[in-house]
Amino acid sequence: MDLHYSTEDNAFRDTVRAFLETHLPPELQRKVRLHLRLAREDYVRWHKIVAAQGWAAPNWPVEHGGTGWSAIQRHIWEDECARAGTPPILPFGVNMVAPVIMAFGSEQQKAHYLPRILHCDDWWCQGYSEPGAGSDLASLKTTAVRDGDHYIVNGQKTWTTLAQHADMIFCLVRTDTAVRKQEGISFLLIDMKTPGVTVRPIIMLDEDHEVNEVFFDNVRVPLANLVGQENRGWTYAKYLLGHERTGIAAVGRSKRELAFLKQLAMQQHKRGEPLLRDPAFAAKVASLEIELMALEMTVLRVASEEGKGPGPQASMLKVRGSEIQQQLTELMVEAIGPQALPFDPAYLDGDAPHSAAGDDLTADLAAPLAAYYFNYRKTSIYGGSNEIQKNIITQMILGL
Amino acid sequence: MDFTINQDQQQLADALRRWLDKEYSFEQRRAIIHTGSGISQQAWAGLVELGLTALPLPGEAGGFDGTAADMLPVMQELGRALLVEPYFATIWGARLLALGGAHQAQLQQVADGSLRLACALGERQARHDLHDIATTAVASGEGFVLDGEKTVVLHGAQAGSLIVSARSSGNQLDLDGVSLFLVPADAPGVMLRDCRTIDGQRAATVTLVQVVLGSEALIGTVGKGWELLDAALDYGAALLCAEAVGAMDALLAATLEYLKTRQQFGAPIGKFQALQHRMADMFIHLEQARSMAMLAAGKADSTDVAERRRAVSAAKVRVSQAATFVGQQAVQLHGGMGVTDELPAAHYFKRLSMIALTLGDAQHHLERFIAQPGFLPVQGA
Repeated sequence: MDLHYSTEDNAFRDTVRAFLETHLPPELQRKVRLHLRLAREDYVRWHKIVAAQGWAAPNWPVEHGGTGWSAIQRHIWEDECARAGTPPILPFGVNMVAPVIMAFGSEQQKAHYLPRILHCDDWWCQGYSEPGAGSDLASLKTTAVRDGDHYIVNGQKTWTTLAQHADMIFCLVRTDTAVRKQEGISFLLIDMKTPGVTVRPIIMLDEDHEVNEVFFDNVRVPLANLVGQENRGWTYAKYLLGHERTGIAAVGRSKRELAFLKQLAMQQHKRGEPLLRDPAFAAKVASLEIELMALEMTVLRVASEEGKGPGPQASMLKVRGSEIQQQLTELMVEAIGPQALPFDPAYLDGDAPHSAAGDDLTADLAAPLAAYYFNYRKTSIYGGSNEIQKNIITQMILGL
Repeated sequence: MDFTINQDQQQLADALRRWLDKEYSFEQRRAIIHTGSGISQQAWAGLVELGLTALPLPGEAGGFDGTAADMLPVMQELGRALLVEPYFATIWGARLLALGGAHQAQLQQVADGSLRLACALGERQARHDLHDIATTAVASGEGFVLDGEKTVVLHGAQAGSLIVSARSSGNQLDLDGVSLFLVPADAPGVMLRDCRTIDGQRAATVTLVQVVLGSEALIGTVGKGWELLDAALDYGAALLCAEAVGAMDALLAATLEYLKTRQQFGAPIGKFQALQHRMADMFIHLEQARSMAMLAAGKADSTDVAERRRAVSAAKVRVSQAATFVGQQAVQLHGGMGVTDELPAAHYFKRLSMIALTLGDAQHHLERFIAQPGFLPVQGA
């Protein structure tokens, strides 16, 4: 057992840090650190900067444009990006559809889509959930029926993150209704510009437009857009679930947010003393910091078992990671107290100074935090709710 | 970065597990607890033969210079077997002696198994603060005279020598003025009252009345004992974290087995989701505790004192919380059988609960964690 990073890993960290210092645009960093909303061009801009460096897809095999980094180095990369406050590289292309295309797609699909994903030439979104198929995803009803060299797709997807920006959607669709529900599902790639595709916003409790409903009305999709074999889509979706999921714990991001919380609690005062010196509040922060230390050690432990893959242990990382993220936002709101109430969406979009706070720096820090807290209730619901994750732990690990 | 145990560590852990399975069954342990001394000479001889008393001791004392990381798999196995022998007390005491830098003869005796130690550090009013010391050490000629009372001295009555903390100067709560002494258990003026502990171990109340010691009894420098005590506290806490993880491993396995066999409503009770999710929560707690026990073992020997304290206190907080949660939930999942003396579950629960209270509980270590540099942000950063 050796808990130290190797000399090579430390040198790697220095390289990454130097890159981020010179290449991360300050205006993007500011938005991320202050919890402001990111626009489409913010995500694309950062993705293209990283892609130009050749680092946009560290998880990929080198022949497709991966970096050849070890699991620990990939962890360092994520850790440093989070520490600096980069916009995320959205997972839908790089981490979700790409591994499925690599493993099960045709040569034409690999040649066409992978480079475009790598360089963010296409914005991808995920068409999994439906109004009647949430945790019970396999009961999805969107159909794809063959018609010559096309499928005709009809149905509705929901909770589709940032579909309003998307060029492409990867969908689970039903191609056989006569068999067991898991066995009649196929994995289809659909161009969002195809006639019959309609995107309708869902406004969330923080009044942000982050997710959508996507409707398919007799949408004609070429047979060439089927990934792998017809009716094997459930297998491919499950393959994706076990793929590179240590990032799901969001440890790096939570470390940055813990530092933010502490700064905030030093700026906020209670009876003339910094709030972080209040024993009751300090105890809450310290407890959370210890939870985060434990999660980071667990992530490193899982990551260092390279080759074995996280498998069902990813469920544990997801549960703890999401709970810690939520607790951080909860403590931020507790730290600012009544300052959590004023709400100014135009400020959050970066369009205007805050209407209540003006240019008060402390209030600027505080202004987005209530929205952030409310928004982050999603983390224990999406990506397989935490209850579903516990089902996976009991079945796959404990064998109950 | 490497979280695996090496081949030597694995071999020792395997040998220890085989020995414990054969020689230290639950029923054998139960019999030992109810003997007069509460320990087994035969078991002690077995531990010595396996090399466990020599493992963490310095090479110059005939030991193997084992690190805290080497001790991690050993303590996990001992936790799994719910060992009640005075092993932890002896190794913890040996750590203090080794930190003091003298007493090679006694360390050699520990390594070869002929001397058992106990740490008489706590006092009735001190709770978890080991610097709260009312026992006095008054200089007299070349040596010292000790007076006072030490409480809950783990395996005090089973030890050949005691390590006693006493105040040689300053006020009761000062960090300065703490001195440490090696006191033979049969020294005139030492009185021991032995008692069982609720988790099957032994603890003694040690009364010291005009105990006259020579200068050779002093461990480290006079008045400067706190630094050693603090370092030994971290070492001991790291060992207890590892023991707790071993006990939790065994308790989780026993509970899982119970859920798969106990039938109600025509099905194994493990088929019910309310119980499944409780097991998942226990599993998550255990894995977080395992990670933190590793962190503590990796940092307990660190020469960076702030880093050592921060890591070990964080670990003791997290492991104590997990120990309490896993223990309570395992009993609940065992139903009525969980609160009987008959099944191991209750015995694991008692041991885990007492580990959570030993060498600082979660609240104590949370406060210590907050007091370390690194908790408050650097101003202006």
